[in-house]
Amino acid sequence: MTELLQQPWPWYVSGPLIGLVVPLLLLIGSKQFGVSSNLRHACAACMPGRVEFFQYDWKENGLWNLVFIGGTVLGGFLAGWYLNNPEPIDLSQQTVTELQALGITDFKGMMPDGLFSWQNLADPSGIIVLIVGGFFVGFGARYAGGCTSGHAISGLANLQLASLLAVIGFFIGGLIITHFVYPLIL
Amino acid sequence: MKDYLKYLIAGLFFGFVLVKSEVISWFRIQEMFRFDAFHMYGIIGLAVIVAMGSIEVIQKLNLTDFNGNKITISSKDSSQVTRYLLGGVLFGFGWALTGACPGPLFTLAGAGYGIIVVPIASAMVGTWVYGLLRPKLPH
Repeated sequence: MTELLQQPWPWYVSGPLIGLVVPLLLLIGSKQFGVSSNLRHACAACMPGRVEFFQYDWKENGLWNLVFIGGTVLGGFLAGWYLNNPEPIDLSQQTVTELQALGITDFKGMMPDGLFSWQNLADPSGIIVLIVGGFFVGFGARYAGGCTSGHAISGLANLQLASLLAVIGFFIGGLIITHFVYPLIL
Repeated sequence: MKDYLKYLIAGLFFGFVLVKSEVISWFRIQEMFRFDAFHMYGIIGLAVIVAMGSIEVIQKLNLTDFNGNKITISSKDSSQVTRYLLGGVLFGFGWALTGACPGPLFTLAGAGYGIIVVPIASAMVGTWVYGLLRPKLPH
């Protein structure tokens, strides 16, 4: 049993389980799945300033979601720390070869240690990946009105044209970084 | 507080699956944006199909939630185009750079990747700056 919980799960098992979060939240409290709203709730709670966008009752609107995201941290701890899979991810050889050509050599864990380290914050690559990247996640998610969970999963499942546009945008952005920016900064 | 326990458990389930599916991995996101494997497409595709089917069942059967309230799903404002495309592209920049969208950012923090607090903090700053600039941005 422990072994089953330590191993990675194939896409045809994990994909449907992720999809089930949508009806789960609808059934337990008529809530719509969307993670990035929590960044707005956190701003409204901690540093609303005089910005109108953050003047609302975050407890009423978002406390459930902040608790949900707290649960996500716990799930990350259980699955990624306590029941961690010690093996490197079974990536496509093509990706490994291409990343090696960019100078990535460490394929252990969930991310390349060299790029994602405190020391690397002194390097342009670290600043772009960690600080600029994080900024775009927050800014872009609110501008687009949702992230992967709200648009790519809930929104597409509910046949929202807005979500299709957003997902097309996600891919345009991701492809630009992957194919034009990473060769310059790595 | 008891009301909120169910959301904690739902989140725990979501975080657990995010790790075991490896979608929290920067490497998997790179593999997706290089079109080298079906893994991420299979996960997102099946997640959408299962969510779509479930919504269909909930609406056909007129199901209520645990508190007995009617389940309503609000629509997004599809008359706006700029914000979804442009906002989407900017979000895509962030997704490919950090290798994580918001759910995975928090899951990675739980999994012990301490450095991830840096993109989480700057994602909050990004959200805040959006709030500030919102009246001036095209939507």
